[in-house]
Amino acid sequence: MHDSLATEPTPAVEEALGASRPAARASAPPLISARGLTKRFDDFTAVDGIDFEVAPGEAFGFLGPNGAGKTSTMRMIGCTSPVSDGELRILDMDPRRQGPQIRSRLGVVPQQDTLDNELTVRENLLIYGRYFGLPREECARRADELLDFVQLADRGKDLVEPLSGGMKRRLTIARSLINEPSLMLLDEPTTGLDPQARHLLWDRLYRLKQRGVTLVLTTHYMDEAEQLCDRLVVMDKAKIVAEGSPQQLIQRYSTREVAEFRFLPGVQETLDGKLDGLASRIEKLPDRVLLYADDGEEVVMAARERGIHPEAVLVRRSTLEDVFLRLTGRSLVD
Amino acid sequence: MALRITPLFAFGSRRALRMIERNLLVYKHGWLMLFSGFFEPFFYLLSIGFGLGRLVGDVVGPGGQTIPYALFVAPALLAASSMNGAITESTFNFFFKLNYDKTFASILTTPMSPGDISLGELGWALIRGALYTIGFLVVMVLFGLARSPLILLTLPGALLIGFAFAAVGMAATSFMKTWQDFDLIQLVILPMFLFSGTFFPLDSLPEGLRIVVQLTPLYQGVDLLRGLTVGVIGPETVVHVAYLLVMGLVGLSIVSRRLDKLLLK
Repeated sequence: MHDSLATEPTPAVEEALGASRPAARASAPPLISARGLTKRFDDFTAVDGIDFEVAPGEAFGFLGPNGAGKTSTMRMIGCTSPVSDGELRILDMDPRRQGPQIRSRLGVVPQQDTLDNELTVRENLLIYGRYFGLPREECARRADELLDFVQLADRGKDLVEPLSGGMKRRLTIARSLINEPSLMLLDEPTTGLDPQARHLLWDRLYRLKQRGVTLVLTTHYMDEAEQLCDRLVVMDKAKIVAEGSPQQLIQRYSTREVAEFRFLPGVQETLDGKLDGLASRIEKLPDRVLLYADDGEEVVMAARERGIHPEAVLVRRSTLEDVFLRLTGRSLVD
Repeated sequence: MALRITPLFAFGSRRALRMIERNLLVYKHGWLMLFSGFFEPFFYLLSIGFGLGRLVGDVVGPGGQTIPYALFVAPALLAASSMNGAITESTFNFFFKLNYDKTFASILTTPMSPGDISLGELGWALIRGALYTIGFLVVMVLFGLARSPLILLTLPGALLIGFAFAAVGMAATSFMKTWQDFDLIQLVILPMFLFSGTFFPLDSLPEGLRIVVQLTPLYQGVDLLRGLTVGVIGPETVVHVAYLLVMGLVGLSIVSRRLDKLLLK
């Protein structure tokens, strides 16, 4: 995915943490726009005055650890949780007054499976279509189509309960598509799935994106964000701390490469200042040391010259995990 | 405090019918379950009405006429089972669906509103109640307990009892925090079931207690159905109907104000 990163001027102000920027595609009006969006539960603030915009056709992600405020934000966008403060417009409508009209154009995949366990796989789709007020024949036609799309056509008559986690997720995605939504909200769509199931799901989401469906998703997996998102915001402690495409974020907040040094237990603590100056930034984690530099191999050579011999060395490209570490001082999944 | 009765219609929409459609789909898998609620009053009628009734003999019924004990107790059992069905559905089952089942949570992401869901669930509970009542009325006819054509009116009467208790049960559930809170409901329901003139005439109670009993909603329901079964109606029939109607509407207006707060957090 090479976009116009290099030619795009980056205002200095954006370098500051917390600066957020509306969607670059100014041509179409945004599908979602939030200004100072806030969610409070009694005296706990789950979302603290965040600004963002999502353009039509975009795949937009909220990346952050558990408790960062991602789900609360998604629920407000889904019109199932009232906005405490600030401004929120979805599909050019006001969630306070037009909740049902907005919801009729959304496809929601919640964090937990909320399938109807008393019904079969196919009936789950049928009745869901009816909740949207679709005629029965139309529900039946779409249900069959969607079962094919998520590769569950042979399970249509089975009850939901015995399905595997991956199948339930796929059914939930099929269910969210029954009303042919303009906007899909996916809250941690692949949490708890095995790698195979995740890749199948990503493939289906990618196809939807190709068809022009706007995707908004939350995740605490950096690989998921890198796979699916055109643009994302990093959330931490109820606030947005950075915003951009995965590549932009890596370029802005990390170096091109990272050298990871692992030492035998106890050795890392004896290094003191020996690593200083080897890389543009050094991050000491409990189990390893990360040295950020544009050329990782160079760092490894320089370390050897200083007589530092780690037990294991890995040179890799920077990921969003490194961005997150830089922004918040801790790793994503903790 | 002014009671808002109007939201009764502002609170749900035609979409409530989709909830009934869902429940019909569920029962397609085990339609026999639909009839489970019929057996409770039926077994009571056999054991208490006919079994115990043989020892009791005749009692004084509505309008001072002497009637067999089975005829005295049958309409009361119908009223009590309408109450029990409505309470189970609107308290335990409703609380479970609200907090654990997550079925409601997924329905709320569609255009359906909390009001639609509640109204639909209430409607479904009444449909089931009607089926049980019809079953029980057939049994009464078969056992020769039908004395008056007015017995047909016990069907809407039983539904009115179900409506009143379901609405108040839902309202109460909207304040419940834990399963322990439901012990309170049983503490109210059980004595009502035993002492509301269900199994013995009120004259056997001391004056003060009699007035307390007459104020309970189940007594209102029992007396309403008993009068209709025997064919005696009067001003008290109107009072009973009005009492239950107001009770249901008050319950609904509380539910309509509490629901959004409960479901949309």
